[in-house]
Amino acid sequence: MSNNSRPDGAVQYLTVSVAGQTLGIPVLQVDDVLGPQRITRVPLAPPAVLGSLNMRGHIVTAVDVRRTLGFAAAETSARMCVVVEHKNELYSLTVDSVGEVMSLSAGELAPTPITVAPVWREVSKGIYRTPEQLLIILDVDRLLAGLAQQDKAATTQALAA
Amino acid sequence: MDDLLKEFLTETAENLAVLDLELVKLEQTPNDPTLLGNIFRLVHTIKGTCGFLGLPRLERVAHAAEDVLSKLRAGEMTTTPEMISLILKALDTVRFILGELETNESEPDGEDSALIAQLHALAEGDAPSPDAVEAIFCSQTQEAGECAGEAENVEALLEDIKNGLSQLERAEVLNLAASIAPLVAGVAIDPERDLEIRPEPVAPPNLVVVHDRDKPAPVPAAKAEKSETPAPQAAASGESAVAGQTIRVSVDLLENLMTMVSELVLTRNQLLQLARNRKDQDFLAPLQSLSLVTSELQEGVMKTRMQPIGNAWSKMPRLIRDLSIELGKKIDLQMIGAETELDRQVLELIKDPLTHMVRNSADHGIETPEERLAAGKTESGRIRLEAYHEGGHIIIEIADDGRGLPLDKIRAKALKNGLATEAQLAEMSSQQIQQFIFRAGFSTAASVTSVSGRGVGMDVVRTNIEKIGGTVELRSKEGSGSRFLIKIPLTLAIVSALIVEASGERFAIPQVSVLELVRARGDSEHRIEQIQGTPVLRLRNQLLPLVRLRQLLEIERSGAEEQPGGEDYVVVLQVGAMNFGVLVDRVFDAEEIVVKPVAPLLRHITAFSGNTILGDGSVIMILDPNGMLASMGEVTAHAPEEASAAAGPADSRQALLLFRAGEGAPKAVPLSTIQRLEHFPARTIEWSDGRFVVQYRGGLMPLMPANPGVQRIESGSQPVLVFEAGGRSVGILVDEIIDIVEVDFAADLAGSQPEILGSGVIAGKATELLDTRPLLALAAPSTLLSAA
Repeated sequence: MSNNSRPDGAVQYLTVSVAGQTLGIPVLQVDDVLGPQRITRVPLAPPAVLGSLNMRGHIVTAVDVRRTLGFAAAETSARMCVVVEHKNELYSLTVDSVGEVMSLSAGELAPTPITVAPVWREVSKGIYRTPEQLLIILDVDRLLAGLAQQDKAATTQALAA
Repeated sequence: MDDLLKEFLTETAENLAVLDLELVKLEQTPNDPTLLGNIFRLVHTIKGTCGFLGLPRLERVAHAAEDVLSKLRAGEMTTTPEMISLILKALDTVRFILGELETNESEPDGEDSALIAQLHALAEGDAPSPDAVEAIFCSQTQEAGECAGEAENVEALLEDIKNGLSQLERAEVLNLAASIAPLVAGVAIDPERDLEIRPEPVAPPNLVVVHDRDKPAPVPAAKAEKSETPAPQAAASGESAVAGQTIRVSVDLLENLMTMVSELVLTRNQLLQLARNRKDQDFLAPLQSLSLVTSELQEGVMKTRMQPIGNAWSKMPRLIRDLSIELGKKIDLQMIGAETELDRQVLELIKDPLTHMVRNSADHGIETPEERLAAGKTESGRIRLEAYHEGGHIIIEIADDGRGLPLDKIRAKALKNGLATEAQLAEMSSQQIQQFIFRAGFSTAASVTSVSGRGVGMDVVRTNIEKIGGTVELRSKEGSGSRFLIKIPLTLAIVSALIVEASGERFAIPQVSVLELVRARGDSEHRIEQIQGTPVLRLRNQLLPLVRLRQLLEIERSGAEEQPGGEDYVVVLQVGAMNFGVLVDRVFDAEEIVVKPVAPLLRHITAFSGNTILGDGSVIMILDPNGMLASMGEVTAHAPEEASAAAGPADSRQALLLFRAGEGAPKAVPLSTIQRLEHFPARTIEWSDGRFVVQYRGGLMPLMPANPGVQRIESGSQPVLVFEAGGRSVGILVDEIIDIVEVDFAADLAGSQPEILGSGVIAGKATELLDTRPLLALAAPSTLLSAA
C-alpha cells in the first residue's frame, strides 16, 4: 500500500457502513461509487452474489458485503455500490451506505484486536481509532477471495451430495 | 524476453513457414533462380541474425544449409528430392531450437553434427567445386571453433556486424554499437562463431565487408530485405514495397480495440433506443451519422481480426510432400481461395482439424500410383482445398479423387464394434453408413501408419468444429473420392442470439443451437404432457424431453402459482445428436450480441457460456445449451411430485402409457407405475453379466426388453420406461412410445400369458395391459427378495 500513502504519510479511505459497522476502503482501490443500480440476477450464483450490472459498458459482478460476511440481507434494495478491482475483474461491493473520504495517518493503523468478532477480523487489515468510532480497514482482496472459496466449498459439497 | 530476441523469433517463424512452401515449390520447378534466390536470402537472414544474437548452435545448422543452397544458386548442383528433404530437415532443427529458445531463452544443449556433416557432404559431394579457395574456406569453417584468435575471426566478426547492421533500424544502431564494441576489442571473445562462406568473394573480403557496412546502416529499410544478394534484386524490392505497407501490431492491442468498439456499438444502440422514444428532431441527424461511423468503425476493426485462411493452410504443401514420399504416392495439392478471410480465433481453432482431414485424405483417400492406374485414373492423386464465403459463414471443402470411403469396411467395422446389427446396416443408405466414421474410435485404416489409423479421428474433428458452431458434411462415392464440407461462422465475437424470458428474467440463447420454436398451448396442435411431473412434448412423432428454464435455473417465483399463460414456448435446441426443448415464458427478438466471459466468481455455473449487455443497457446471461444439457439430469431428478399427487384421481379413469414392443397389439402400462421415460443413445447401452445395462444417474441400471420381440436399436436412441423396484431403477426397453391416454380401462379379456394382465380397447385398438412385475423381478431379483 505504499502507493496509497501521500508524502505526509496519510492514507485516504472511503468509509462505508455495513450492518452498523463502519469500514474503510483505501481510496486508490476504488474505481467508482454508484448509486442504486439495476442489477441482473444471476441464477445459481452464490447467495452473496447479487448479480451483474452494467457500469459504462463494463459488466461488473455485484457482491453483497452483508451476505458475504454472513449477515442477513438488507431490507432495502436501494443501496450504494463501491466498485473495486480484484484480479483484473471489476466487482461492485454493495454496502448499506457510503460515508466520506478520510485522510488518516498510516502510522496510526493498529492491528486488529483479537476481541473483534471473527467475521470482521477475517477481512480486516487493521483498525483506526477515530474520535467518533472504530474504523475497520477492509481487506478487499481477502473478502473476495473468501467469497470464491465459500463458493468452491459449496460446489464440492453439492457434488459430494 | 529480450525485444531483439523476440523479434527474431517471430520473424524467423514467419520466414520458416515461407521457406517450407518455397522449398516444396522448388522441388517441382528445380533450379528456378527466383525461388532459389528467395530461399537463399531467407536462410541467409536467419543465419546472419543468429550469429549476431549469439546463437551458435542455430547458426551452425543454418550455415550448413546455406552452403548447400549457395551451391544450388550458383548452378553448381541440381536440386534432388533428397536434397530438399535434407534442407527441410535442417529447417525442422532450426524450428526445434527456436521452440526451445522461446521457452528457455537459451539454446538447448546438444549437437547437430550428424545433420551438419550430411549437409556438408551434400555441399561438397557433388561435382568438385571450381573454386578452390572456397573449399579451403569450408575446411576452415569447421576448424574455426578451435583456432580462436586467428585473423579469420576478425573477418567473421565484421561479417556478423554487417549482418547485424542491415537488420537494424537506425535507432537500434547505437545500441548495437555498444554491444559490438567489446567484440571488436577482444577478437577472441567468441570462439564459437565461425566464418561465413560467401561464394562470390574472391576479392579481398575485407573491402567488401566494409563497403557493405557503410551502405545499409543508415537506411532504415524493411528488415526482411538484404542488399546481400544481387540476383533476386527484383523480387526483393517487390517484397519491400509490400512490407512497407504493413506493420506489426500486437494482438492484445487489436483485441482491446475490438472490445472498445463493441462497447461503442452497444452505447450507440442505447442511444438509438432512447432517440426512438423522443420527438426531439435535433438529435436525430448527428445520431444518424454517429451510428453510421460506428458501424464502419466496427466493420474496420472486425477486418483487423480477419486473416486469410491460407495461414492455416501454409503447412499443407509440406505435409503433403512428406506424406507422399513416406507413403509412396503421388499427390497434387490444390488450394483455392486461400485469401478467404476469417476471424483469427476461428482460424486457430480449425487449424488442427483441417490438418487432420488433409492427412486423412492423403493417407486413406489417395491410392498408390499403381492402384490408380489400374483403376483407370491419372497416376497422381489430387487433393483440393477450397474456401469461400456463403452467407455469414465460411465454407471449407476438402476433396480428394481417391478411393472414397470403403462402405464394406465401414459396415464390417460397425458390426464388429457393435454399433449396428446386420439388419440395420442392410437398411441404411450409404450416406448413413459413411456417417459412422464420425464415431469415436472408428478408423478403417488397415494398418497403423505413422500418419493415421490410431483411432483418434474424425470424431475429434467433428467435436472441435461443432465447438465453434460449425458443421461437417460428408459426401463420398466409393471409387471416385470423398468430399468434406465444413461450415463455420465467420466470427465468434459477435453472435446472433435469441432473447427469451423465464420468471421475468431475460436470457440469451445462441441461435446456432436453436432448431425451432414451438408454441405449445393447451389448445394448440402441440401439447405439453406430463409424465410424473416431467414435461414432454410430442413433436412430429418424436418424444422431446423438455426442461423448464425457471426450474433449471432455480428461479421459480416463490409462492406464485404457475399462471396458465406462462411457459407457452418451447425452444428446441440441438446439442450434438441430442435434441431437447426448453420451456420459456416469452420469446423476444433475435439480437446480435457481443459475448463477454463470465466473472470468475460465476464461472462454475455450467448453464452459462457468457454474458453481454443488450441494447437497452441491461446485462443478460447467455445460456450454454451444452451446459444446460449436462445439468438437466440433476434437475429432473428432483422434479416436484405434484403430478403424482394429482395422479390419484377419485374416478376410475387412469392414465396409461401406450407403447409398442415387438409384434402384435400395442401395450399399455399404468402411467403412475412409471418413474420416468428415457431415451438412451444406442451406444450407451452396454452388455454386462448376461443382460443389457446402461449407466444411469451414477449407477448401472439393468434393461429388460418388454418382450423378446423388442428390437434393440443400434443407432439413434432407444426408448426406455424406467420403473422402480425395491429402491432401484429398472429400465424396460420398448420399440416406440405411442401416447399417453386417460381412459376408463376395463380388461375385456383376461390375459393368456403371465405377463399380460388383460386386453382391452384403447383408442379403437386392442391393447394389452402389461404386468411389469415379473419383468422387474427378473431384472432385479435380489431387491425383490429383500422386499419379500
